[in-house]
Amino acid sequence: MSLNASEIKVGDSYSELIVEDLTRTQIVQYAGASGDYNPVHSDEKFVTEVAGYPTVFAHGMLTMGMTGRMITNYVGDGRLTYYGVRFVNQVWPGDTLTARAEIAGIREEDGETLVDLTISTTNQDENFVLTGNATARTS
Amino acid sequence: MAVDHFPVEASHILMFARAIGDTNPIYCDESHAAGTEVGSIIAPPTFAQASAQFDPDYFLRPKAGQKWFGSGGTASGIMGGEKKEASNSEGEEKESGSAAGGLHAEQHFTYHRHLKPGDVLTAETKPGESWEKESKRAGVLKFSESITEYRDQSGELVVTARGVGVVTEKVIEQ
Repeated sequence: MSLNASEIKVGDSYSELIVEDLTRTQIVQYAGASGDYNPVHSDEKFVTEVAGYPTVFAHGMLTMGMTGRMITNYVGDGRLTYYGVRFVNQVWPGDTLTARAEIAGIREEDGETLVDLTISTTNQDENFVLTGNATARTS
Repeated sequence: MAVDHFPVEASHILMFARAIGDTNPIYCDESHAAGTEVGSIIAPPTFAQASAQFDPDYFLRPKAGQKWFGSGGTASGIMGGEKKEASNSEGEEKESGSAAGGLHAEQHFTYHRHLKPGDVLTAETKPGESWEKESKRAGVLKFSESITEYRDQSGELVVTARGVGVVTEKVIEQ
């Protein structure tokens, strides 16, 4: 599956619910898989008593990874040439996130048609947690 | 960060895909993948970040025989509790991690090709720019950029990563 250049236009969008009621256990699962064991993501005692946050919070890279799932479901496997984000708000246990891609441009480069996407992920309060861009090859 | 040997393995890709909640068979099912355009299992787009597993000195992983800044009997293994000097009779004691409170501000990946099981990568990180910004919510923000080049077993550049970290003056609460 991939995006067909003749069937898309600027302004088209796609969105997915990427996580509902994020659990502390999924954050731990991401720590184990990625190798980032920063205790701010898993250690309630450290994060509240030493780091001074209300509770543990997700790795930015977990939100980027879950958002990436929405993008690859939209543009197809192995099609991305660029994916970049800013982490604009923290993601907490219990959050429900929706990720959205909108086609910002369609262009030709080296004989291929590339699609530029504007990416955003919002939480249940409709606050942005991640904003970014991606570029993918179309067919 | 320098990683001399980052073997991309199918089981690691499976675990990583599970952690981000991605059930796409392209990340775990060889026979499915063989019938697709990409032709083999590939890694999810953010997988290169898991190179931390293969950085011997990665500071956010507890290491055998070293103190860790997360909690044990006390809220932090290297702050409060017993004083460092008291247990330092044999010279320098190693510690892992830091409570300096850096956060990840940005991450960008440019894909020259997608990673697949069997790839053996090296990664070299160079510092980029650094800058400061004033924020009402968090005081002075100190940003610093790093660029990591991932190369495969043939020396070809496969992924270029640009990360931006930020250290905040105050804890950010929402």
